[in-house]
Amino acid sequence: MEKIKRKRGKVVSYNKWGYFFLIPFATVYIIFQLVPLVSTFYNSFFENYRSGLMQVGPNFIGLENYKTLFSTPDIWIYVKNTLIMWVMCFIPQIIVSLLLASWFADPQLRVKCAGFFKTVIYMPNLIMASAFAMLFFTLFSDSGPINSILMQIGLLEQPFKFLSNVWGTRTLVAFMNFLMWFGNTTILLMAGMMGIDPALFEAASVDGATSTQTFYKVTLPMLRPILIYVIITSLIGGLQLFDVPQVLTNGTGEPMRSSMTLIMYLNKHLFSKNYGMGGALSVFMFFITGILSLFVYQFSNKKND
Amino acid sequence: MNTAKASKGLSIKTRRIIAHATLILITFLCLFWFYVLIINATRSNGEMTRGFSPLPSTHLLDNWRNLLAGTLPVWSGMFNSIFIATCTAALSVYFSAMTAYAIHAYDFKFKKAIFTFIMMIMMIPTQVTSLGFLQLIGKMKLDDTFIPLIVPQIAAPITFFYMKQYLESTLPLSIVEAARIDGSGEFRTFNSIVLPLMKPALSVQAIFTFVTSWNNYFIPALVLHTDSRKTLPILIAQLRSADFLKFDMGQVYVMIAFSIFPVVIVYLILSKFIIQGIALGGVKG
Repeated sequence: MEKIKRKRGKVVSYNKWGYFFLIPFATVYIIFQLVPLVSTFYNSFFENYRSGLMQVGPNFIGLENYKTLFSTPDIWIYVKNTLIMWVMCFIPQIIVSLLLASWFADPQLRVKCAGFFKTVIYMPNLIMASAFAMLFFTLFSDSGPINSILMQIGLLEQPFKFLSNVWGTRTLVAFMNFLMWFGNTTILLMAGMMGIDPALFEAASVDGATSTQTFYKVTLPMLRPILIYVIITSLIGGLQLFDVPQVLTNGTGEPMRSSMTLIMYLNKHLFSKNYGMGGALSVFMFFITGILSLFVYQFSNKKND
Repeated sequence: MNTAKASKGLSIKTRRIIAHATLILITFLCLFWFYVLIINATRSNGEMTRGFSPLPSTHLLDNWRNLLAGTLPVWSGMFNSIFIATCTAALSVYFSAMTAYAIHAYDFKFKKAIFTFIMMIMMIPTQVTSLGFLQLIGKMKLDDTFIPLIVPQIAAPITFFYMKQYLESTLPLSIVEAARIDGSGEFRTFNSIVLPLMKPALSVQAIFTFVTSWNNYFIPALVLHTDSRKTLPILIAQLRSADFLKFDMGQVYVMIAFSIFPVVIVYLILSKFIIQGIALGGVKG
């Protein structure tokens, strides 16, 4: 920042180029993000849906869509499902990631083949979520390889119907998301741990702290900002949970809508062109993610200054 | 002091053993599914109904031929995915670098406000505006084309943020000054001096944007309707909604492998580079 200010006198005649270079971003953002956002809000105040071949609306109905949205139990079921699956994915994820990151970052431990392990744990993050879900659907189907293996080694007598069981399905969704995201979290936390002043660890070791004590009294408090960042970005990501449960359950959220997420619900409205309710749901999600984003913004801002 | 340490906590040797054992277990958890995928892609449907075997069989090519002979437009799906992902990566990376350069190198009114605004919208998911987006592309007659999947990625706040961080740590403005003294225009300076200096950041973000676009399912599934224009994730979801019990499972596994392995292979070649990139940016996902 200061560098720019010092040079201000010299650069000043060129500064209009700043606007010029911003044109592509600004134009595309306004057309493809801002206009749709405004029209999503606008749509949420209209009755506009298709029943059979009949098009109803658009008629202005004020806040009726919001009233319907919040007074039917559906949305709360989907909020609950989404949060349950997020928690089931996030708690093991943060524990495993903290452990792995502290091992990778600990020079005393000299982890062998660290490069190999990092490569492996990050890989699932790049896998196509829909293909991964399809893979798990076939692997965990009633006559699939997992049941076949469990029966061959004698753990099961009958195939276990993972996908007809509420907690079976939720656990699979959470587990897949865990696999896809813990590597990313580990690497972020590791970068955070590498940034901690080594003198703190040395001081702890001179004072005779055990590795567990060092972890709780030095590493964790120093990591607090990055942990908060990881939690909130993960929650924002969790609210967008879609690909995995959509493909795994073929969009039904079965059994008994127990794995139906908010975005799957939105997707349903969009497919059936139920724009009024879809709009209200989008606005609801916009505000939730918007509030969470403010926390992330504060964090990134602090890091920048 | 050493004895005190040993009595209070685990010795370093025990900790090393625990750490390595856990890492091996987690590696197994990550790789096992892909192992089963590879094995099953080589087995025929008949062999699979008889139960799982850990050894590969010889039907990989048969499964592959059957898949191509089927109704799923596999090659066009692959081509569409590659085309969309490549264009998206190129445009997104180039214009994000340009935006980052505008904010980094120039000093103008509203600069701070624009930067703050981009930072605030960074985490808002595209799904919440998808309703208006779909209506808009309907009105623009862009429904069922690739344009709505490619062009909007020019405004990619996360890529922009990464580029800006990179510029701050690597680009001294004196280079820009020197170019000006040599009579280079601003646009040329950006293209022929700044961009080459940003190569590491450009390639990391190109890979991430490519993979994100390659894997993207939500928006493409709502935009693309014609079979020959669909991308791989949509075809995978179609496979799921097909009556799969009547289906040949060998083909299903080959199709999944076909969608997953191109990215895995590229990743394994570039992994070191990619992993450094994630830590460098700090913001992703």
